[in-house]
Amino acid sequence: MSDASNQNKGPIARFLAAPPDSVGKTVFIAVTLCLVASMIVSAVSVALRPMQEQNKLKDKQANVLQVAGLYEDGMDVIEGFSVFEPQVVELATGMFTDQFDAATFDDRAAASDPELSDSLAQDPAGIGRQSKFVTVYLLRNEDGSLDKVILPIHGYGLWSTLYGFIALEENGNDIFGLQFYDHGETPGLGAEIDNPRWKSLWNGKRLSDDNGALQITVAKSVPAAGAEHHVDALAGATLTSVGVDNLVRFWMGEAGFAPFLKNLKAGEI
Amino acid sequence: MAQTKRDLLVDPLVDNNPITLQVLGICSALAVTSSLQVAFVMALAVTAVTGFSSMFISVLRNQIPGSIRIIVQMVIIASLVIIVDQVLKAYAYDVSKTLSVFVGLIITNCIVMGRAEAFAMKNPPIDSFIDGVGNGLGYGALLLVVGFIRELFGAGSLFGVTILPTVNNGGWYVPNGMLLLPPSAFFIIGLLIWAVRAWKPEQVEDREYKIQVVEGH
Repeated sequence: MSDASNQNKGPIARFLAAPPDSVGKTVFIAVTLCLVASMIVSAVSVALRPMQEQNKLKDKQANVLQVAGLYEDGMDVIEGFSVFEPQVVELATGMFTDQFDAATFDDRAAASDPELSDSLAQDPAGIGRQSKFVTVYLLRNEDGSLDKVILPIHGYGLWSTLYGFIALEENGNDIFGLQFYDHGETPGLGAEIDNPRWKSLWNGKRLSDDNGALQITVAKSVPAAGAEHHVDALAGATLTSVGVDNLVRFWMGEAGFAPFLKNLKAGEI
Repeated sequence: MAQTKRDLLVDPLVDNNPITLQVLGICSALAVTSSLQVAFVMALAVTAVTGFSSMFISVLRNQIPGSIRIIVQMVIIASLVIIVDQVLKAYAYDVSKTLSVFVGLIITNCIVMGRAEAFAMKNPPIDSFIDGVGNGLGYGALLLVVGFIRELFGAGSLFGVTILPTVNNGGWYVPNGMLLLPPSAFFIIGLLIWAVRAWKPEQVEDREYKIQVVEGH
């Protein structure tokens, strides 16, 4: 293209006519494309955020129902969830607190709020900061006595933080079920923690022995404490299994729900 | 290559199928075919991404500098994949949980890049769109066939509806658990490629070597 014909065109046409491989055009295309692409992606992400959070909440509630053995296919999750009584527990004292509204209290946000959380020196579960308050869900019999209590647990596996629930019988020691609702472990290996067959292993296990010592463990072989405290580790997912073992023992231990469970056993709740 | 628009759409289904002929995109075909529902959603997602990425790349093809063309293609493909992922999370949460990382991995699916580089960079937008959709459907068709076999014989159901009542649920069918594991897709895809090439012998590649008869033995 000659200079003469270029001078007859406006700046945009001249730019389009420039060879694509010129330095200016390369930089321009790269920058513009990145800007446009990032704007589109962020717009979509922001626009769909409320719906995704609604889905996440529903999924979490469905998991509370599942771990309590109340879930049926096709049920109305929000209505089914209303049988639970949410309560915020202060971990240090193991007592319920009225400082927060249990229906809207956000455990995950609290764990990163310096006012509401502690940095952990002893951190076997790999969670960094632990919220001082957590939401638990109580399931009552028709006469008002406690049937089950569902406790949130989380900790680090191989790639990701596993978020889940453990359901305990009213004595605070027998496990009814355990289930994770959010994790990013390897599909087919670590993600087998979602396998119903493995999850069913937890049913009927006991946290502590008769002396009150915490014995529950996820391991390859049956420990000395006996099979009633042992859940078989997942084949091919050693680090995920170790992570689950650590996080269950952490949350059921003194830094976790032990004071609450003690109160539960003493009948103070 | 004077191809009609119909050829662009239909050719990749069998005659030029990206999986059975070009043997591309095998990795995700192994992972997402254990149930039909997941395979179906994955097929739609890949079709949308190949179609629109080919179209946008074709629109820009005369302006894309050769030195950064692969990166430009990747940016377009990656943006589309993120959008698909976000839409799935909003409208099909359960399926998106099952697909997990594999939606993100559409970015690395060779079919998408292959069509962008081989077709969309040289052809007008509408043809490129049709070509992309055709290839996505060709990939999706194979996913559905593999998913059909795996779910029916591995779990005794189709789209989650029980067809063969399994022993675990009080029926008579003993499911073949291996079909639910990824390696089984290898066998099924291998057998399918064999079947397609037996049906259409022109798809068989020429041997790269020839056994020569040496005299004197």
